[in-house]
Amino acid sequence: MTRRSLRSVPSLVFLTVAALASVFPLYFMVVSATNTSQDVLGSRLLPGGQLVENLNKLLAAQDLGAAMWNSTLNAVGTTALALLVCSIAGYGFEVFHSRNKDRLMGVLLLAMMIPFAATMIPLFRMFADFGLTSTTIAVILPAISVPFVILLFRQAARSFPHEIVEAARIDGLRELGIFLRIFIPTMRSTYAAAAVVIFMTAWNNFLWPKVILINEAFQTMPMLISNLTSGYVTDYGVLMLAVLLTSLPTMVLFLVLQRAFAQGITGAIK
Amino acid sequence: MSTQLTPVAPAADRQDERPPSGRGFSSLGGRRSLTGWVFLLPAALLILVMNFWPMFQAFILSLQTGRGAQLSFAEPLWFNYQRMLADQTFWMTLRTTLLYLVIQVPIMLVLALILANILNNPRLRFKGMWRTAIFLPCAVSLVSYALVFRTMFATDGLVNDVLTGMNLIDSPINWLGQTQTAQFVIIVGLLWRWTGYNMVFYLAGLQNIDHSTVEAAKVDGANSVKTFWYVTLPQLKPMILLTAIMSTNGTIQLFDESYNLTAGGPAYTSMSVSHYLYEVSFVQNPNFGYAAAISYVILVIVALLAAIQLKVGDKRD
Repeated sequence: MTRRSLRSVPSLVFLTVAALASVFPLYFMVVSATNTSQDVLGSRLLPGGQLVENLNKLLAAQDLGAAMWNSTLNAVGTTALALLVCSIAGYGFEVFHSRNKDRLMGVLLLAMMIPFAATMIPLFRMFADFGLTSTTIAVILPAISVPFVILLFRQAARSFPHEIVEAARIDGLRELGIFLRIFIPTMRSTYAAAAVVIFMTAWNNFLWPKVILINEAFQTMPMLISNLTSGYVTDYGVLMLAVLLTSLPTMVLFLVLQRAFAQGITGAIK
Repeated sequence: MSTQLTPVAPAADRQDERPPSGRGFSSLGGRRSLTGWVFLLPAALLILVMNFWPMFQAFILSLQTGRGAQLSFAEPLWFNYQRMLADQTFWMTLRTTLLYLVIQVPIMLVLALILANILNNPRLRFKGMWRTAIFLPCAVSLVSYALVFRTMFATDGLVNDVLTGMNLIDSPINWLGQTQTAQFVIIVGLLWRWTGYNMVFYLAGLQNIDHSTVEAAKVDGANSVKTFWYVTLPQLKPMILLTAIMSTNGTIQLFDESYNLTAGGPAYTSMSVSHYLYEVSFVQNPNFGYAAAISYVILVIVALLAAIQLKVGDKRD
């Protein structure tokens, strides 16, 4: 062994410990989903044959299909609308740049400093006044316009050659046409990064849906798993299966789009 | 919605200034500028109605008392704030939240910095694998991981079995049933969930550092620790500031873990201030006015800490 590789041993050990510590709870979650409650508490760390049994128990106790559907609807709806609203705003801030628009951006960024706790109750009352509690609209609306995502798209638009916009204008394309037909297709990786961020946040959101979705029929996956522990006896195998099912969509999305995600984040904070 | 991403606005250091747009809306430039405003309108309106307006409403609400929809201005106006001063539970949850903040955030940021620095080594192999492994916890929802940790730290759970197996403890520890251990489990959970997230920001920051500055320090005979301390770290300062503000915001708004991991127990001693606010607003006797007053204290603390960090972080040396 050379001296150089010897010196990197502590770093490698540190890295390995960190990586194992990061992955282990996830491994525990997956394995426990296939074991009985007793096996989970008995610290069995090998896959068991209990997966189907756990799924049947979960289906009998909870309306899993409804929760999955509600979560999907909320997260997909939020992602689609947020991508549209935030990207068109980010594009607008950069391509139609003016001093006043910069000032507006500064004000919008201040919104990131407002803790959700400070707006939750008035938001709840606002939606209640319009009779919109337990609706998808009430879950989605506060999550559509995200300052960070607007910023992400503004930074991306900065690298978008202005000559293309000019050329398209000369060719007679309308402003909206330029955005739809040229900007969106060229900015795929930014859209992917933004989609990961928004979808994860929307899918995993807990407090706001819990507050606004009063009707049990509208409960989301995070609400469902949280409710699983409220009984007297918790079946840990069933719980871990539900937790796994809740985590799968965001983990798969991240693994599929992680390259674009890293690119988007790196580009945005240059 | 939740606290996941909150970076600071970069200064307006645009490389290419566009020609100024026309004055009147009749000119071509003016019409374009108007189109630009139309592009911003939906986003700006939504932020106004969903963030700023409720924030203003919360302040009005914090001056009111009553149950449900029957609200009237309090007598005196600051009654809710007065009540807060005498509310032992409020102070306890606020202290606990600040305790999480002071212990967890510095440890997490140092760990993230070390990991990013190791991962940035050009000679390291399987970079993608390491990065994915360390970031993966961030893809899991807060509720999910809180329940996984709750299961692992159950009295008859995995952690106690391992510790007993290694003869480190004689009898199982009631992790979630005692104040200090319950707080400890929340801190460990936060470290697990967020270290990789901050590491990604540091990695991005390291990639934007000009490598020749590091090489120059090496040529001048600086060892790797000195190079890191005097060359890399100062250039990462904006990113450290960003992550510090994000983590501070996130920790002060901590809810999911407190609610799902320890349920705030035992006896409210691991409860976060946001969790307490939820209890006041929607559990037991809902009291929106009082809850709004608590939320305003959280708002002021977030703003104060951000201002302090910006002040400290912005000092030019």
